[in-house]
Amino acid sequence: MRHFFILTVWLYFGVLLLGPILYLVLQTFGEGWTVFFSEITKPEAVHGFKLTALITGIVLVVNILLGTITALVLARQQFPGRTLLSGLIDLPFAVSPVIAGFMLILLFGPDTLLGTLFGAAGVKVLYALPAMVLATLFATFPFVVRELTPLLQTIGTESEEAARTLGASEWQVFTKVTLPAIRWGLVYGATLTVARSIGEFGAVLVVSGNILLLTQTATLHIYQSYVDFNYAGANAVALTLLATSFAILAVLEMARNRTTGRAAM
Amino acid sequence: MKIEIRNLSKKFGAVQAVTDVSFSVNEGELLALLGPSGSGKTTVLRMIAGLETPTAGEILINGQRVNDVSIQDRNIGFVFQHYALFKHLTVFGNVAFGLKIRRWIRPKTEERVHELLTLMGLEGLGSRYPHQLSGGQRQRVAIARALAPRPSVLLLDEPFGAVDAKVRQELREWLIRLHDDLNVTSLFVTHDQEEAMEVSNRIIVFSKGRLEQIGSPAEVYEDPATEFVARFIGSMNIVEGTVRRGKVEAGPLEFPTPAIPDGTSLRIGFRPYYVKVSEDPSHFRQQARLRHVYFLGVAYRLEIETAEGLLLRSRMNKEEFRQCRFQAGQLVSYAVTHYRILPQEGVTGYALETIPLAGP
Repeated sequence: MRHFFILTVWLYFGVLLLGPILYLVLQTFGEGWTVFFSEITKPEAVHGFKLTALITGIVLVVNILLGTITALVLARQQFPGRTLLSGLIDLPFAVSPVIAGFMLILLFGPDTLLGTLFGAAGVKVLYALPAMVLATLFATFPFVVRELTPLLQTIGTESEEAARTLGASEWQVFTKVTLPAIRWGLVYGATLTVARSIGEFGAVLVVSGNILLLTQTATLHIYQSYVDFNYAGANAVALTLLATSFAILAVLEMARNRTTGRAAM
Repeated sequence: MKIEIRNLSKKFGAVQAVTDVSFSVNEGELLALLGPSGSGKTTVLRMIAGLETPTAGEILINGQRVNDVSIQDRNIGFVFQHYALFKHLTVFGNVAFGLKIRRWIRPKTEERVHELLTLMGLEGLGSRYPHQLSGGQRQRVAIARALAPRPSVLLLDEPFGAVDAKVRQELREWLIRLHDDLNVTSLFVTHDQEEAMEVSNRIIVFSKGRLEQIGSPAEVYEDPATEFVARFIGSMNIVEGTVRRGKVEAGPLEFPTPAIPDGTSLRIGFRPYYVKVSEDPSHFRQQARLRHVYFLGVAYRLEIETAEGLLLRSRMNKEEFRQCRFQAGQLVSYAVTHYRILPQEGVTGYALETIPLAGP
């Protein structure tokens, strides 16, 4: 019986994870290293990587800053609507990214107030970087907040008060006491944000228009290559993203060990 | 430094946490704020530190009004109940924190930290992290950290509440010794009356946000100013009755109440050691049944019940106890030798002192 369950788990992992990954690796290198390198150094692929990196970078910075501020406000301040906002944080997990993208199109479309406003200012939101960043932010914004809010509540305010009685200014309290206490949680949230930003597809597809060499991210490039029967290209880019994800997973594990290690003491 | 509190009040929303509290702490004094949880004592301490803003009233440190001085500039050492150590810093880093903020130069910082670690018995632990220390050690690090920048006042909020009984006793002795050595004006909050009596020169008793009494440990014990203090400090038997023909009758007991008009309802209190109990049922005039004997380590407590159902507590030292052969449930005789008329609002003109009662 025991063996049956262990076998089931192996099969489950095999079909879901190990098989596809192994097959992807085999397929990619079946074509040889030269094909792999020529595919990932193609201008379209390089542009896709760069765009994904740019979006991920912007989203990461915004999430770290606003996510930390949001978590601090939600964990430490009492104000009307706090419960409502806390409840809304999980919404992006429940809503399909495609719907998120569609809502952005409705909001910034050429006939809307915002669309007209930005159009008049000469700023292109839809089918350009701003909408793609907004769409990715929508999908990733809960990670940092959800990680930090409970952490800040557990830590409490006593050590911050202690720092104040010792003469620390508010900024010193944050940098010398609060931030060190939440740093691994922040790393954890940031890592999840990066992983999700790199992999985001649905919302970005809807708002980007998937324009070659302009708004085509790495994931959109995989999709496009696949649709165009360029399997080698799809494989190569997919494998590159997969390797990146593995690296991120390693960081994630490290951060998780640190956070649980801290919580236990 | 001297601390002066004038008519201090604090409201949290609709909750009145502290009401019109005034007192002063003398230079170099070690004073306890004693009261049950929720009595406002911690709020008073936090207002002195600047961690809470008073709704009304004034706080003066060394004659200077500090209401509008920020926490950072009050130069106060604060010790929290749960240590509040910086977990990511070593013991050295924790103690040096306030000095680094004040930009002390490195050699001076190191010298001061080592001086405090030695003083607090923490030599050799400088490179440990808080989670590698015992509860007692953590609290000593917290005290060292608070003392490092030479604060003018040391405030301790239930400093020994989070450690076990044995360590608590050790820490109390540390605090007393420390205070003798440094003589820094110190104010500490506790709900443990024994702790307050043992550690402090004077005690301030709080109840429901109000100051009930200020006095030496002996004063608050022997001469409680209010019924609350009488009940809270030490153990006390309390009976209720109405004055008739110059005395209060409570079951089998009679207490003369000179100078109080008939019809006044009063509470009479007497400490357990004023209740004498004999195994000989005819030794004293009153009889009762022995319900329980409690061993307290230094003494015994006896609980007796009169025929009328009145429960009384008696305290007996070991020698006295050994001379009798008490058995739970047996008939005993007893006498109340002293009593007090407990202070009551609206009733005046009676002696606020322990009154001896005529012999058996």
